[in-house]
Amino acid sequence: MSHTDAPLLSVTGLRKSFGDNVVLDGVDFSVAPGQVVCLIGPSGSGKTTVLRCLNGLEAPDAGVVAFADGQRHDFAQPARGRAAKEQRAALRDRSAMVFQQNNLFPHLTVLENVIEGPVHAHGVAKDAAIAEAERLLARVGLAEKRDAYPHELSGGQQQRVGIVRALALAPDLLLFDEPTSALDPELVGEVLLVLKELADEGWTMVIVTHELQFARQVADEVVFFDDGVIVERGHPRDIFTAPENDRTRRFLDRILRPLED
Amino acid sequence: MDTDTWHLILTSFWPMFSAGITVTIPLALISFAIGLVLAIAAALMRISGNRLLSGIARFYISAIRGTPLLVQIFVIFYGLPQIEVRIDAYLAAVIALSLNVGGYAAEVIRAAILSVPKGQWEAAFTVGLPRATALRRIILPQAARVSVPPLSNTFISLVKDTSLVASITVAEMFRVAQNIAAFSLDFLVIYIEAAFIYWLFCLVLSFGQDRIERRLDRRVAH
Repeated sequence: MSHTDAPLLSVTGLRKSFGDNVVLDGVDFSVAPGQVVCLIGPSGSGKTTVLRCLNGLEAPDAGVVAFADGQRHDFAQPARGRAAKEQRAALRDRSAMVFQQNNLFPHLTVLENVIEGPVHAHGVAKDAAIAEAERLLARVGLAEKRDAYPHELSGGQQQRVGIVRALALAPDLLLFDEPTSALDPELVGEVLLVLKELADEGWTMVIVTHELQFARQVADEVVFFDDGVIVERGHPRDIFTAPENDRTRRFLDRILRPLED
Repeated sequence: MDTDTWHLILTSFWPMFSAGITVTIPLALISFAIGLVLAIAAALMRISGNRLLSGIARFYISAIRGTPLLVQIFVIFYGLPQIEVRIDAYLAAVIALSLNVGGYAAEVIRAAILSVPKGQWEAAFTVGLPRATALRRIILPQAARVSVPPLSNTFISLVKDTSLVASITVAEMFRVAQNIAAFSLDFLVIYIEAAFIYWLFCLVLSFGQDRIERRLDRRVAH
């Protein structure tokens, strides 16, 4: 593996249950700067919950999330009230999330969607935020859509705006939750292309995806989840061609050769 | 109809209509504005997660919706003076109508806030907005869109409900109609005429409601 730096992010012993349903049962992984990690696995295996915990949208029941600069959150001692609020804010400062359903703000224009966080949460001057938003929109080919409302865009364009909205936060870490799963098949490519460009530019990314072909081309590491645990991880070449674990093999078979027994 | 009846209709129209424009509509507008503030406060209290605040809001909404408006008006205007709280009729009307609208609109606004998809909260959080900012900048504008039709209905009901304050001597449109009817003894003609003027007002308001909705639809289509 080309990445020898200290991990940007390391997660150890992450656990989360919803009632009796154990969603994450002790998950460890780390992400080096500039690395692209794809989380794959069956629905309900806990991949999305990992991202949501990293972004402070769920509070894990236990586990440690630590960053290279020393920021560290130990969820075994749950934060409450003000401390919990600060913890969520600290996590959100590090990462930005792109949602499956894009979750663009429908009452705001494309540009307003992108500058909402920088201007109203991070105190960036409006002019500077607009300039940056325009630069980012141009990069994904949506410069002329800046004054459009989300419903006037195609699904692929909406998701590209979702990506720009995340980029505008200048996070250390980009989190993608099945960014193409809600798209019509012919729109998947344009979004994957943007993801690939971001990877090439050196963004650190954690991507939950069912696009195995994409994962194979772009990921530095593939992590296979099943039943709330990491079953297998490694370079995509190894995982996809010679999976060691039986569960991994069965999952890949189901996806890559759905019609065979 | 004989010429006397026509004459009565024509001469009574202006006093009634002008009472409608100068008393009924302003009374409805002021009460609606105050009621809306109460409603937003009560709706936010109900969804706050704080037991005490939510309990107070629940009690208020239940009391308002569970009792007749006419009784609420009488309690404030005829009841309160017994405990040395004297308010003039117009103010009593504003208070009663505002409290009443607030109770009904609170539920409308609460439902509208809850109808905004959870993903909108999450997206607001992920771009870094604190809860209060997310509510104000992301959730409430979308809830406002959803609540326009039911709130317009609430307002139209309110315009008609103002006729109840005729009973506490406020000189709004229906009070003027009662006075003219008592004087002319043509109850049928005068009350039907009053009904028509209310109807006219409501038609204009529904037209306005349509326009607001269409305007909002342009920005948020799904």
